[in-house]
Amino acid sequence: MPSHDVMPNMELYQPVQVEDALALAGRLAERGWLLGGGQDTYGWLKDRTKSPEAMIDLNGIESLRGVREIADGIEIGALTTLTELANNPLVRERYSLLADAAVKVASPQIRNVGTVGGNLVQDVRCWYYRRGLSCYRAGGNLCYADTPQGMNREHAIFNASRCVAVTPSDTAPALVALDASMVIRSSEGERVVPAEEFFVGPNVDIRNTTVLRPGEILTAVRLPATWANATFYFEKVADRNVWDFALVNIAVAMRESGGVIQDARFVAGAVQCTPRRLVDVENAVRGQPRNEATAQMLGTLASQGAQPLNHNGFKIHLVDSLARRALIA
Amino acid sequence: MNPRLTRRRFIKGVIYSSAAAMSGAGLYLTNAQSQSGAAVERLISINVNGRTRRVDVLPQETLAHTLRYKLDLTGTKLGCNRGECGACTVLIDDVTNYACSTLTHSVRQREVTTVEGLRSPDGQLHPVQQAFLDELGPQCGFCTPGQVVATVALLKSNPRPTREEARQALSGNLCRCGAYDHYLNGVMRASGQLS
Repeated sequence: MPSHDVMPNMELYQPVQVEDALALAGRLAERGWLLGGGQDTYGWLKDRTKSPEAMIDLNGIESLRGVREIADGIEIGALTTLTELANNPLVRERYSLLADAAVKVASPQIRNVGTVGGNLVQDVRCWYYRRGLSCYRAGGNLCYADTPQGMNREHAIFNASRCVAVTPSDTAPALVALDASMVIRSSEGERVVPAEEFFVGPNVDIRNTTVLRPGEILTAVRLPATWANATFYFEKVADRNVWDFALVNIAVAMRESGGVIQDARFVAGAVQCTPRRLVDVENAVRGQPRNEATAQMLGTLASQGAQPLNHNGFKIHLVDSLARRALIA
Repeated sequence: MNPRLTRRRFIKGVIYSSAAAMSGAGLYLTNAQSQSGAAVERLISINVNGRTRRVDVLPQETLAHTLRYKLDLTGTKLGCNRGECGACTVLIDDVTNYACSTLTHSVRQREVTTVEGLRSPDGQLHPVQQAFLDELGPQCGFCTPGQVVATVALLKSNPRPTREEARQALSGNLCRCGAYDHYLNGVMRASGQLS
């Protein structure tokens, strides 16, 4: 792979109004590249794997930053950095699950500039794809990871469809667990999409991991009061404590009352292309106390239906263990 | 003449020259060759180490590139150039950033501090630099500017960190010599918790 330490020539737009950014995004469409913190951008460009004609730097748009209270919960601007998110008093007080997830992302310097929007829409980390090979996701007609020699230790155990890459995000499972919704704007208007429907697998769209289309900008994330101040559990397992993407992560929100779990959200990341709701687990724990016995009862429920590749069978035990640990931690 | 300066000036000269067909200048040459088409350098002012510096910057140029090859501030090291090592850590408005993963155009209204900006005007080392020397932090020294800058940022927001807090704050800076404990001792010394 040719390695370059500089990016190729391109235009740079630095709008300060969201309307201007939307007009640019609409006009440039596939030729433009939305720039948040840039931490998932510069690698693609330095490698010449992606070649946009222009970057639209969103960092000057103040209205896309910060955490606001809204009628039913809070709204987080998509340009809010992961450091700001992890330190925000409102988030820490009511939705500590999200703060716990944000502080697990990458390294301090990356969290200082990396945005919540960028963390949600970042592309998959499959190295065959990142290397610029013509795989399914890149528009080709084969998968290099799911072959007898393929290195697929980090890849999917669920719902692979041609592509076996997984969601790399730590905040995405937390936002699915919190029943967040995504505010998407284009020059035509605004649409609000539930977090669970925001992410799409390769069976739906082999080229994109979200429903975002050229010309659209994810402007905010809304968290309803539904899970505010619930019992939370977040854990990320990775090879290194810093920088690494999750091998498996889990985000859990539980409402307890009268000694039993009234309702729960169990969401695992890095096991398939989208954050995976563990619906069987949620159903099983409803009405049960949060204790060791309930954890044992779960057994291998979290991994039911898993189809591991050659090198990622360990993820089955990992997702089962993490689901159980959420009940005894 | 100092041979390091000569080499540095040579490489810079090649970057600036439009006759880019020479072969010996390594990676930067490919960039110089491709400087045609739409993207053009723009003259901007950036605040580096308390001084306003005027510099011609490409739209896609990273801060590490500007600092090292246009402003001669080579204390900021390029290790991986991918935001995966921390050698290029600088302060932007007192917050640590990877200069290799920051566009120079995005720091126009902000204050950049590199390792060169830490010592006092009389040349005395910054307390963090002195503490790292006292604790034998640097071995090969390549990661040291990044470790120093990350520590300065930590002590600005948290003057007496615990060792664990220091570990977290420096976790975005790799040291391939493995001198982490020495650096952490240096943080403790610089914050007056080690005598």
